[in-house]
Amino acid sequence: MANTYSKVGEMTTNDGVPLKVSLRRSQRKLKLWAFLLVAPLLVFILVSFIIPVVNMTLRGVENPQVINIMPNVVAELENWQGTQLPDEAVYAALVTDLTMGRKNKNIGKVATRLNYERSGMRRVITGSARKASKLKEGPYKEQMIKINKAWADVGVWSLIKRESGAFTSSYMISAVDRKTNDAGEIVAKIEDKQIYVNLFGKTLLMSFSITIICIVLAFPIAYLLATLPLAKSNLLMILVLLPFWTSLLVRTTTWIVLLQSQGVVNDLLVWMHIIDEDGRLQMIYNQTGTIIAMTHILLPFMVLPLYSVMKTIPPSYMRAALSLGANPVTAFIKVYIPMTVSGIGAGSLLVFILSIGYYITPALVGGQSGLLISNMIAYHMQNSLNWGLAGALGFILLVIVMLFYALFNKVIGIDKMKMG
Amino acid sequence: MGSESDFLVQFKNVQKSYDGVHLVVKDFNVDMVKGEFLTMLGPSGSGKTTCLMMLAGFETATNGQIILDGQSINNVAPHKRDIGMVFQNYALFPHMTVAENLAFPLRVRKMGQSEVTDKVNRALKMVRLDTFANRRPAQLSGGQQQRVAVARALVFEPKLVLMDEPLGALDKNLREEMQYEIKHIHEDLGVTMLYVTHDQVEALTMSDRIAVFDDGIVQQLASPQSLYEQPCNAFVANFIGENNRLMGKVLSVSGDTCSVELQGGGGTVQAKKVNVGQVGDATTLSLRPERVLVNPAQGSCANLVNATVEELIYHGDHTRTRVSISGSSDFIIKVPNTHNQQHMKKGEAIRIGWDTDDCRALDA
Ligand SMILES: Nc1ncnc2c1ncn2[C@@H]1O[C@H](COP(=O)(O)OP(=O)(O)O)[C@@H](O)[C@H]1O
Ligand SMILES: [Mg+2]
Repeated sequence: MANTYSKVGEMTTNDGVPLKVSLRRSQRKLKLWAFLLVAPLLVFILVSFIIPVVNMTLRGVENPQVINIMPNVVAELENWQGTQLPDEAVYAALVTDLTMGRKNKNIGKVATRLNYERSGMRRVITGSARKASKLKEGPYKEQMIKINKAWADVGVWSLIKRESGAFTSSYMISAVDRKTNDAGEIVAKIEDKQIYVNLFGKTLLMSFSITIICIVLAFPIAYLLATLPLAKSNLLMILVLLPFWTSLLVRTTTWIVLLQSQGVVNDLLVWMHIIDEDGRLQMIYNQTGTIIAMTHILLPFMVLPLYSVMKTIPPSYMRAALSLGANPVTAFIKVYIPMTVSGIGAGSLLVFILSIGYYITPALVGGQSGLLISNMIAYHMQNSLNWGLAGALGFILLVIVMLFYALFNKVIGIDKMKMG
Repeated sequence: MGSESDFLVQFKNVQKSYDGVHLVVKDFNVDMVKGEFLTMLGPSGSGKTTCLMMLAGFETATNGQIILDGQSINNVAPHKRDIGMVFQNYALFPHMTVAENLAFPLRVRKMGQSEVTDKVNRALKMVRLDTFANRRPAQLSGGQQQRVAVARALVFEPKLVLMDEPLGALDKNLREEMQYEIKHIHEDLGVTMLYVTHDQVEALTMSDRIAVFDDGIVQQLASPQSLYEQPCNAFVANFIGENNRLMGKVLSVSGDTCSVELQGGGGTVQAKKVNVGQVGDATTLSLRPERVLVNPAQGSCANLVNATVEELIYHGDHTRTRVSISGSSDFIIKVPNTHNQQHMKKGEAIRIGWDTDDCRALDA
């Protein structure tokens, strides 16, 4: 017993090794094993998820074009005040960089990059590069201005100086429908170029509607699933899971067949004289189409968590409420529904976050008005090839999702949620 | 037992089948007097809960009538029956505090705020939980949850309170404590209670009357004392308390005694005729272990039989002695630990005896 306490308060084993050290040693092997077991998953998540996310987010702020391809101009503009046209040295550097860039065939990148900020810049840069490479000797200032009047515009030089850093905020600014004017102030874009904020708003609103519709539709289904006898509830469960077993494309195409203006639903309505031939409803290639198809696809994500919560509620709770004198409706609202809140929370979180980032379905059935922010991100990834803007939009989307997650956590508590 | 109007609850020829093939409740007849504490006692699966659910309105009777306070309630919705109920899992609403749970039945009755507060406080005081009003059920111990459930079933002063094995989830000490507590609440409030349990000790200590339930029918409905001392059939004798069974054949009947030849060659004994057929029929003799005497003085007992001591288990106040008699070896005698009791040894041959009145001849 004497050596069990070496110092006051510090426990040791019988060998005199401090208890904490001994404990750590005995658990080391266990921890190593645990780590090895999760290592494949960790690597997978790292490679397939975290790295791409970080990479895309970085693209939203990276700005390598001007600084790498026009290094001389960037160096000469260092001390430029920005109030008058720069002096001859800068123009000489411009000619050097343009000639070099044309030779290396990468001047187009600068042209594209500056064109994002100010339309017309692509032509200015590529045209000037072609002609500048033919210039024999200076002074270059006059000759460059003659080649393109843009070089006599202080705004153009401000733009080049502004975008000469290795990082830029201009994609982020652009992603929230703002731009930097010649004076360097951040101002709103002109009306018809403001698309992203509205689109974010529409995406949130549609996700919210889809979530609400899913709750309304899933609640009775889940209730039936949880209360029907096993044989019937199994059949119903298969129906609920059926969407998971068929290809997304098949499901979406089916909605096209059903909902298009010459489709089954419209035909039926016309046949029943509810609408006439000219009054065929436009239910697809618009917001309605997106909402219907996405609700269908996301419904199981609401049903399953609700079901798993309802399954754990014994019938005695409703019975207790009834025996205490509550009528069935009151008992349901006051007792049953509050007990399913964790399921509603989990389901809503899943559906909402999934639909915020949904892409394929809106692309297929959304037409113009039913597009969501992800479709815009995809457009910038695949068509306009403006990956910087895509990265910025994606980052904002990620932040929004995280905010909602935090909000849910605060209101309902993630630890209390049942995911199914 | 009084006139029709004294009955609060009457089950009349109630039958229940869930699947249309088997009758879970075959022919249930019980009359409950106002203010009484009646217990339905029976093995698991005998249909007790089903009967309770029919009374509360959560199951419909397949046939027969249930009458509450003079009115048939077969078509009255559960929430209009005014019956308080304590469930085995308590069914306390987890998202409400203790006080809100108790206030629930009052609120749905649109009672005024001050009256609600008043009644809730009184109910909490009754179950000694006044300081727990603002806790959630999950923050209470099993016994405390149980008391909340009882208080909630009583707070709206229902005609009748049903309890379905309410103490099943508690440990032994707490269970005994709660038995007395529920009993005292019943005495103080004078409310009519229908209690369901499979625990015969619980039934014996709490009830005014007990309906022993098995195989879908009431086997015997009587006070605890007469159930124990005068069981009317072999099932009841076995189910209530400890019992020794001896199989035999009726040789002759005279008055309310009969002589029975024991199976296994143990000889002939005299027994009280309770539930036997004619001469020649098989019968089960029922004998309480504490009514059997070891080596009684000559002539003091009507019946004397040879036995061999098989096992002795010391219990402090008594010694449980297992003997073999007439070919069966599970005959138990409780030998009280008194001064003049001689010590037996395993394997010893003894003679045991009993009064004719203590040995009841029942159905085989
Ligand atoms: N909802 C039900 N559906 C079908 N059978 C049931 C149902 N509830 C109970 N039973 C059957 O009825 C019989 C009696 O059950 P129950 O009333 O719960 O007995 P106890 O409460 O005495 O244990 C059991 O055999 C049980 O399997
Ligand atoms: Mg039961």
